[in-house]
Amino acid sequence: MGYILSHADQVLVLTMEHLQVTAVAVILAVVAGVPLGILVTRLRWLYPLVLGTAGVLYTIPSLALFAFLIPFLGLGVKPTILALILYSQLSIVRNTAVGINTVDRAIVEAARGMGMTNGQILRMVQLPLALPIVMAGVRTITVMDIGVATIAAYIGAGGLGVLIFRGIASLYPEQIIAGAAPVALLAVLADYLLARMESALRPKGVGR
Amino acid sequence: MDAFFGYIVREPMVVLQLTGQHIILTLVTVGISIAIALPLGILITRYQRLSFLVIGFSNLGQTIPSLAILGLLIPLLGIGFKPALAALVLRAMLPIVINTYVGIVGIEPSVIEAARGMGMRDRQLLTIVELPLALPVVMAGVRTATVMSISIATLAALIGAGGLGDLIFRGIAMVDGPMLMAGAIPTALLAILADLLLGRMEIGLTPMGIRV
Repeated sequence: MGYILSHADQVLVLTMEHLQVTAVAVILAVVAGVPLGILVTRLRWLYPLVLGTAGVLYTIPSLALFAFLIPFLGLGVKPTILALILYSQLSIVRNTAVGINTVDRAIVEAARGMGMTNGQILRMVQLPLALPIVMAGVRTITVMDIGVATIAAYIGAGGLGVLIFRGIASLYPEQIIAGAAPVALLAVLADYLLARMESALRPKGVGR
Repeated sequence: MDAFFGYIVREPMVVLQLTGQHIILTLVTVGISIAIALPLGILITRYQRLSFLVIGFSNLGQTIPSLAILGLLIPLLGIGFKPALAALVLRAMLPIVINTYVGIVGIEPSVIEAARGMGMRDRQLLTIVELPLALPVVMAGVRTATVMSISIATLAALIGAGGLGDLIFRGIAMVDGPMLMAGAIPTALLAILADLLLGRMEIGLTPMGIRV
């Protein structure tokens, strides 16, 4: 704990960097993934194509994915955020599509019977009902992004990984712990908070 | 093309050797993980109280970033192949434990009842009914664990365990594009291939009676 106390400022700055990269990546991933998820429920032939691509991207080890992006985007925050967005698409697109597709047929029929247009059904019925499932995806990718962002320190994206990499290079355990402990804590905390949000966002009328 | 494959063409033996190291580290990891996680997963289906503890710990463990685990083990185990292996096993066994547990607990109670009614003992129930029915779910865990191990094994290069991460880390440090690719391309291929093969096996191992 000595290092964390004596370098509190540095640890704090790196923690903020870490949160920033993660937050930007998660927001952009949702902005890209939710419309894509809606799209594949409308154009069903796109579903296997998009999900297949997202699945392959998800499988690629993070260090390798960074490596592929470096020739095009250089080092730093840019390739990191793009890599995180690409990783996240599987969870976000799939959960959005599953969330919309699993809305009870009868509910959609009822909405149509009330004279709702397709857009209204999407906005007022399907999306609110799919929200908890989308949020579950957001939770998954946030925890994952916090972990992958640690590795991104090696390509100059900053964050708490900086301390871990430096600590490993100089075999200085206290420095490693000063990076690893806050990262672990961030991940566990994010998981807990988003689980809370997941249940809070469940529409009142939906059971459980 | 040279930017992508230059190094691989020039130094095929280096790439091959590191790929070999990578595969061995992954295989040993998955082997040990199964050996620990499968019995543990079975055990916690028999002791409910233990299951809360183990599943809770596994879920928590999965949220902790792998680089953090790797880093935290250095003070305890030092650097090299063995500490890398320990970190990998620690992480890879979690999805197998969870899936073994879920696979067995998720079996329909009437099937277990029927087996009991036929006079099966505990051991027979496990080997003839529970394990075969849980196998596809267990295999899904093994698949997750394998792909994850291939990914984390790239980081193991950092603590001197070799593998393809070596080329990626060196390539980044030396701003050597072709060297970077020589590590990244085989790593990505390994992961995608393992996922594909184990996905096939998952389907192949599903008992005939419950195939959809």
